[in-house]
Amino acid sequence: MKEFLSNRIAATGLAMLMVVIAIALFAPWISPQNPYDLGKLDLMDSRLEPGGKYLLGTDGQGRDMLSAIFYGLRVSLLVGAASGVIALTLGGLLGVLAAYVGGRFESILMRIVDIQLGFPAILVALILIAVLGKGVDKIIFALVCVQWAYYARTARSAALVERGKEYMEAARGLGLSRTRIVLKHLLPNASPPLIVVGTVQVAHAIALEATLSFLGLGLPATEPSLGLLIANGYEYLLSGKYWISMYPGVALLLTILAINLVGDQLRDQLNPRLSRA
Amino acid sequence: MIRPPRLLAAILLGVTVLSAQAQELSIGLSTPVTTMDPHFHNLTPNNSIAKHIFETLVHQDEQQALKPGLAESWRAVDSTTWEIKLRKNVRWHDGTPFTAEDVLSTLKRIPNVPNSPASFAIYMRPIVDAKAADPHTVILKTREAHPLLPNDLATIHIIPKKAEAMSTPDFNSGKAVIGTGPYKFAEYVSGDRVVLTVNDKYWGPKPAFAKVRFRMITNSAARVAALLAGDVQMIEAVPTADIENLRKDKRVSLASVVSNRIIYLHLDSGREKNSPFVTDAAGKPMEANPLRDARVRKAISKLIDRNAIASRIMEGEAKPAGQFLPETFHGTSRKLTPDKYDPEGAKKLLAEAGYPNGFGLTLHTPNNRYVNDEKISQAVAQFLTRGGIPTKVEAMPSAVFFSRGSKLEFSFLLAGWGAGTGENSSPLRSLVSTFDPKLGNGAANRGRFSDAGVDALVQTALTTIDDTKRGIMLAAATEKAVGELMGVIPVHYEVSTWGVRKGLAYKARVDQYTLAHEVKTSK
Amino acid sequence: MTVYVLRRLAQTLLVLFVTSGLVFGGLYLVGDPVEILVNPQADQEERARTAAALGLDKPVLEQYGLFLKGMFAGDLGKSFVFGRPALEVILERMPATLELAFLAMLMSVGLGIPLGLYAGLYPDRKTSKAIMAGSILGFSLPTFWVGLLLIMVFAVQLGWLPSTGRGPTENVFGFSISIFSVEGLRYAFLPSLNLALFKLSLIIRLTRAQVREQALLDYIRFARAKGLPRSRVIGVHLLKNILIPLVTVIGLELGSVIAFAIVTESIFAWPGMGKLVIDSIFQLDRPVVVAYLLVVVFMFIMINLVVDVLYSALDPRVRIAEAK
Repeated sequence: MKEFLSNRIAATGLAMLMVVIAIALFAPWISPQNPYDLGKLDLMDSRLEPGGKYLLGTDGQGRDMLSAIFYGLRVSLLVGAASGVIALTLGGLLGVLAAYVGGRFESILMRIVDIQLGFPAILVALILIAVLGKGVDKIIFALVCVQWAYYARTARSAALVERGKEYMEAARGLGLSRTRIVLKHLLPNASPPLIVVGTVQVAHAIALEATLSFLGLGLPATEPSLGLLIANGYEYLLSGKYWISMYPGVALLLTILAINLVGDQLRDQLNPRLSRA
Repeated sequence: MIRPPRLLAAILLGVTVLSAQAQELSIGLSTPVTTMDPHFHNLTPNNSIAKHIFETLVHQDEQQALKPGLAESWRAVDSTTWEIKLRKNVRWHDGTPFTAEDVLSTLKRIPNVPNSPASFAIYMRPIVDAKAADPHTVILKTREAHPLLPNDLATIHIIPKKAEAMSTPDFNSGKAVIGTGPYKFAEYVSGDRVVLTVNDKYWGPKPAFAKVRFRMITNSAARVAALLAGDVQMIEAVPTADIENLRKDKRVSLASVVSNRIIYLHLDSGREKNSPFVTDAAGKPMEANPLRDARVRKAISKLIDRNAIASRIMEGEAKPAGQFLPETFHGTSRKLTPDKYDPEGAKKLLAEAGYPNGFGLTLHTPNNRYVNDEKISQAVAQFLTRGGIPTKVEAMPSAVFFSRGSKLEFSFLLAGWGAGTGENSSPLRSLVSTFDPKLGNGAANRGRFSDAGVDALVQTALTTIDDTKRGIMLAAATEKAVGELMGVIPVHYEVSTWGVRKGLAYKARVDQYTLAHEVKTSK
Repeated sequence: MTVYVLRRLAQTLLVLFVTSGLVFGGLYLVGDPVEILVNPQADQEERARTAAALGLDKPVLEQYGLFLKGMFAGDLGKSFVFGRPALEVILERMPATLELAFLAMLMSVGLGIPLGLYAGLYPDRKTSKAIMAGSILGFSLPTFWVGLLLIMVFAVQLGWLPSTGRGPTENVFGFSISIFSVEGLRYAFLPSLNLALFKLSLIIRLTRAQVREQALLDYIRFARAKGLPRSRVIGVHLLKNILIPLVTVIGLELGSVIAFAIVTESIFAWPGMGKLVIDSIFQLDRPVVVAYLLVVVFMFIMINLVVDVLYSALDPRVRIAEAK
């Protein structure tokens, strides 16, 4: 911890992240308006400039941007983190296992990965909407579907390299159990590239959710995430009503910056090889 | 590492192509043109391009009023026989003269285009026989009296006799694209552009530009950017968000008109009970279907502040509606006005109907079909929720929406209707006539509204040749179906807007076609 | 090795078969193409005619059976919207997308690896920190948003580059290519930059992480201690050892850049496969979507195969064996 705080950038990142998480957690209590309650919105207040009654202005429906950003942060963090963690765990484990077990298991798994990689996110999302409807859980499901294969391939490649190394031979020679070898030796040593891809992909998941919303395949418009707010504001970019998409954009940028500053530092610190140096 | 920056600079500073030689016009289209075959896919962007190269017997002006095209005149000889006099001295782009034979070939080809996803056969169904009385007179026989024949003929593009046997690929390659229109085919690149050159021998007024390049820029913001950057000189479907700013911009001017497309709400008035998305006020399933009661439908209509939607959501690009078409169209009512925003009156009606505490609804809406469709739905839900009918919105792409809507999976939906013929009979027949596959009625009646009185009026009107009498019947049917029974709840008419660079002028069209030969230089 | 490659190719057929079934079923669940394709004015009779003309009136399993029969004869069906063979429609659009993908990969690999190397070798310099912070910008904002910003700045405000569209094309071995001329490059620059940003950030970050990792390992120290010139240590020993995960990710990204240029192509009105497939998905043009997926999955399989073979070329310790 001391080491962490001694790095000024990382400390700033940590502070930012704490603020972001606090806002997300306490959104319902600190927002001036409940942006999800249609009965509370006033159409006559739409597209108001920042300042006055609404600190950051309002969107096309008369929704207070500040409240919408607070609530949106909550949804975006949930979507990004949940889909990231699930996809990373699932994909990482399967990928490492594929490299270790090999044989038919590896073949079948990697071919499934090939199919999955080819499927555009919008097709997956469209099918899910048609069958299940819209919602946060469905979006997370769609994002996991799209991303797990990516992790699986990355993890497998790293594990393939590690598998050939001497320490693995040694571990096998010692008669350690398979589970132990995979979990205790292979996975940790194959994880550095996975973590890099992971921190980037969490951000990417949030951006991807925004893109799906942009295409009308994302979250319900009445329950906006940061991505959806940006997507809604997109059409106002040329019109001079910058606040409708600029503020959510800045909020998203700061959030992701914070996550990555902390992530970078953590990675350097937790890495067994680097700390040995 | 020295080269890339230099290359970059070369790219950035390279000579900008002159955006407009005075002779060339670039137009940004909002939807892709999918074919050069004028009879393959009946879709606005395709028809719009076809209208440059081919012509119809009857033309429609920017208000969809009929005027002579390849036909100089037409008249009903008796109730089922029409005599059409063709224009003389018209030549095809390849020089051969235009005659009645070409018209007959066209009529033969239309129902027989293989794999056509949306054919023009619907406009020809009433015609049972076609003959040439002389090289410049065509006689058409209809099954029963069909007053809308001239309107239908305004949709059918005439091709030369020799193209009758040509396939859709022959048209797409340009080989078969020979018309009589003001422009000739030059190039078609799927998903990218269509290029046309002027037909010097055109019989009508000469177009202002020698060459036209249509570019498909489907993303609205990018289309506006292309106009502002001067990459195109004209765009269609200007998004509402940019209207205010463009109006102030010295580089461009806008042309708009109230279109023939209405945005409306359809309610499940078919099911006696257990409408799928009706709940009680607390959100629990409810057996009774309040939407069957005309008073409830009227109450919903009164809860919607149409002016607020038109000004706030549509930024002025909409006109509040009280019927299917603006009053300037044939067969509309002079009496109907948009329902006033009246929450008190609505409350009274709801109480009268036995729902003093309201009930819950889900409004289903497409989110990529009409201008601001999802936002309008949100606003409607906002008004209903405040008025004591808690309403959720569920938006989906039209690929999902229309399938589910036609399977009657919704209780309350938002949709739009453009009257292609330019007459009030079109929405009356498709939206509020009783669903009847045999008669071809109610094909888009997704609320299964049904009223014998309305049906009778519409059916009689459809076979009444006398325009005035027909108009009176259609107006009466509208007053009953919309004014009295609220079979659908009209929200607003869309306003269509084109943006042009300064120095150009376009007469905005109610049918939303973008026609290069109607673009004038305003100097 | 040859046996391995042959076996992979055999598996490919099975994969394509499964893919076709998944897409076919998925799109069937989404909705009825007739509802989207017909003119709204169409009556019930015309709807029935459309369904019959496109073969949509048959039971879905029979439709799939007919499709499979055609597929093994090399015919993927005709596009509902275009009325032309689906594969032809896709291949016609392919060069435009490949161009963009090529330029985007060139930008992201060409800039990403050097920048990442620098940031990894000198982690404490200010420049490195700036590179790392800058790279966060590249992946945190949605593509569509950055795309429009690029247009606003470079086309509308500065007027340096064309806003949208593809430049003039020339015929090269039967393909129409636009990037061999300066004019064509001017059109292609913004969309490929838009597409490259995310990959660029990812490659910078991955390279840096790998360099940091390896630079401290014994063999590098040993090489240095042996007095090998620094450039050789970095160029040969270091680079070689960080390449495997990099090659994997580059392979994945190359695939995804080709397959998912959807958003960029829509915004920049670039007439490629991405634009085609998104239109086709929304219009439920099933033959095109199925054919597209088959093409793209095939491409992924090929890229992944090449990557797997590259592994053992880069690091002999990696043995690719898979199924026996």
